[in-house]
Amino acid sequence: MTPFAQLLERLVFSPARSAKIALLRDWIATRPDPERGFGLAAISGELAFSAAKPALIRALVAERTDPVLFGWSYDYVGDLAETVSLIWPAPASPPGPAPTLPEVVDALGKVARTEFPALLARWLDSLDASARFALIKLITGGVRVGVSARLVKVALADHYRIDVNAIEEAWPAVTPPYLALFAWLEGRGPRPLSADRPVFRPPMLANPLGDGDLATLDPTDYRAEWKWDGIRVQACASPGGVALFSRAGEDITAAFPDVAEALRGLHAVLDGELLIVRDGRVAPFSELQQRLNRKSVLVRLLREFPAMIRLYDILFEGAEDVRSLPFDERRARLEAWVARVSPLRMDLSPLVPFQTWDELAGLRAAAREAGIEGLMLKHRASPYVPGRPKGPWFKWKRDPFVIDAVLMYAQRGHGKRSSYYSDYTFGVWTEEGELVPVGKAYFGFTDAELVWLDRWIRNHTIARFGPVREVEKTLVLEIAFDAAQRSSRHRSGVALRFPRVNRIRTDKPAAEADRLTQVLALVENRRDAA
Amino acid sequence: MPPNPETWLLVRPEGLYCEPADLFIDPARAVPRALITHAHADHARPGHGAVLATPETLALMTRRLGEGRAGLSQQPLAYGESLDINGVRVTLYPAGHVLGSAQILLEWRGSRVVVTGDYCPRPQPTCAAFTPVACDLLITEATFGLPVFRHPPAEGEIARLLRSLAVFPDRTHVVGAYALGKAQRLIALLRVAGYDAPIFLHGALFPLIEVYRAFGQTFGDLRPATAADKAALKGALVIAPPAAIQDRWARRLHDPVVALASGWMRVRQRAKSRGVELPLVISDHADWDELNATADATQATEVWVTHGREEALIHALASRGILGRALSLIGRGEEDEGGGPETEAVEVTA
Repeated sequence: MTPFAQLLERLVFSPARSAKIALLRDWIATRPDPERGFGLAAISGELAFSAAKPALIRALVAERTDPVLFGWSYDYVGDLAETVSLIWPAPASPPGPAPTLPEVVDALGKVARTEFPALLARWLDSLDASARFALIKLITGGVRVGVSARLVKVALADHYRIDVNAIEEAWPAVTPPYLALFAWLEGRGPRPLSADRPVFRPPMLANPLGDGDLATLDPTDYRAEWKWDGIRVQACASPGGVALFSRAGEDITAAFPDVAEALRGLHAVLDGELLIVRDGRVAPFSELQQRLNRKSVLVRLLREFPAMIRLYDILFEGAEDVRSLPFDERRARLEAWVARVSPLRMDLSPLVPFQTWDELAGLRAAAREAGIEGLMLKHRASPYVPGRPKGPWFKWKRDPFVIDAVLMYAQRGHGKRSSYYSDYTFGVWTEEGELVPVGKAYFGFTDAELVWLDRWIRNHTIARFGPVREVEKTLVLEIAFDAAQRSSRHRSGVALRFPRVNRIRTDKPAAEADRLTQVLALVENRRDAA
Repeated sequence: MPPNPETWLLVRPEGLYCEPADLFIDPARAVPRALITHAHADHARPGHGAVLATPETLALMTRRLGEGRAGLSQQPLAYGESLDINGVRVTLYPAGHVLGSAQILLEWRGSRVVVTGDYCPRPQPTCAAFTPVACDLLITEATFGLPVFRHPPAEGEIARLLRSLAVFPDRTHVVGAYALGKAQRLIALLRVAGYDAPIFLHGALFPLIEVYRAFGQTFGDLRPATAADKAALKGALVIAPPAAIQDRWARRLHDPVVALASGWMRVRQRAKSRGVELPLVISDHADWDELNATADATQATEVWVTHGREEALIHALASRGILGRALSLIGRGEEDEGGGPETEAVEVTA
């Protein structure tokens, strides 16, 4: 367990994706089968156990520790698994050999329920503190280290210098500890294939439309469609099963059983936007968030936040891969498929007809519906290519809202920014003349502006709370954001979407920054127009 | 019948006072006569009249506080030697915490009292090894006085650091370590583990390294990190005070892996809140098991706890029939590990 525990420990404390990949690659390169496969499965959530409830762990530790000392320790540490792993006393007699990860996985699969407590105690006796922690997390189903299945695949692709999409396609055919996968990657075996299990295909992404780009593009070559404010998903339906993947390849099927049910019996791979839609109206993104990141869903949530997919594209019709067809042909296929199949919880994202760029700009400016983030422009002949190729697709977001807010608090960033105060909480004025925080921005500024802000913050600090500094309320920041929504979680009653620092307004006195009523009005406007 | 310690050892606003000898032990403010266990700033304050300590502690204090500020007069007392002060016999024994750190044995009218100061029972290469000293009353620290603090072997932590250098060969590894004690110990452990590349140091670490060298310690090739360019620090090991590892000073480093060497790193939340990527559980203090074992080994019938998490230690001692008392001395734990990572030290710009 110790190598696995050390990997977990490093992953937990390494926020950078590149560092996580390096650690995974080292694991892949240095650990033997089947340990490496089980380890990858455990950290990416593909291998989960629920062999032990916290009550069992508590009972075992209570037999071995003073209750008063345990109570104080738990208060101090704050996490049961960690407290138990640290306080677990050395056994009176020498413990047996420490179990390896494969031994643990194997035993969990066959141990009788009544024998499990004694086995667990023996394991805990034989391991050191960090391995005990890893073991407890593993058997209680809670190994969370910020590593997705997708990241594991990326690390494998990096390590074996192979296209990550090839790994994606082989993935459904293998199960932990992935012996057949490693055999293929290391040239010792055939490529694992599974024809009818749902497979994630990396989606095609768009580049932001830059200044002057339109002048170089012929409007007759492009199709326009609304960019909906939900999450981009790939819906896979095949005789072997259905799956819903996020843009990054996360399997989110479990959180959306209503949509999954609608996919059952179909046979296609579709690209679309997952939305909450009530009475034909797209709900704000914050409502979709209620449904995200759940392993199971309450019936009440399904009823209150009904989800559906607004379809953009089709990748596979039946078993036929149509990705190489031009956009116009895929669009015709998609429209015909929808008309023929009439799928539940799905509709077509309409094309937006236009003749000239000026006309389209007018449509974009006039769109007031909350669910619209902007426009997509797609070349009529573009094949569906994974990644973000330059040229065929553009996103043309709606102009952001802009407010002038006052900097209130600053916090140190992470990773490369850990020496900079780079997270900014900003506020606006209430009618009573009080500043109330309305959001937090941590991007939008240039490197030079970051250096300037960092220095300003250090020189204008009035209080410090750990990594946070409270500053003099004198600096005005122009904040851009995409939408404002009512929120009961924020003291101001409003939550901003994608807030970012647009400009530093050293020219503007703080007293002239915006008022809360002005920000609230932006929420109201949207609602009235929608 | 020896006198009750409470009749001759008193807690005064300045700190622990030995009345018959008329001296304070590690006082928190300037006093006429001070007996100092070790040179960390929370134990060795400036401005005392006469200072009695080991020669190493006197040298370190003088270097840190400046000539004339580490006592108007200084009297060295080597380990194992005794001195009679108004009938109180004072003997110093190694505490194993930092160079020169001492436990103080006070004997008066048949009563034996040991003041541990900060101590570490595990032998380490940079200072004389701790041994328990038999006494009636033990006055101990309890920085890590909770059963969750059981320090793993330091060698294993060093191995994790060296492994990380292998996994991230292009990244600078910057390790936060206190300037007195931890930094020297870390270097010595690295050398023992066979790491013989140059180690780069923050400028604030060199003065105390020189004192260690003057007492015969060797550290191999040490270089100023400030003088090195970013490319030279690629894949290198840098040691700096904890306050510097994530501040402006660290911007000179190449895509750093931030590590911190401290007993507090045992608790994940502590490491997370500091943004540490590689927590190293390396402590210069006794851990929970060692605090208890030491109390037992001295055969003391009574234990006073100067600072730290005294309630848990007193509870554990009571279950073995040992009487405990919390002194809650103020001003302790401000510099070394005692302060914990929340204490944000003054920014170091050197």
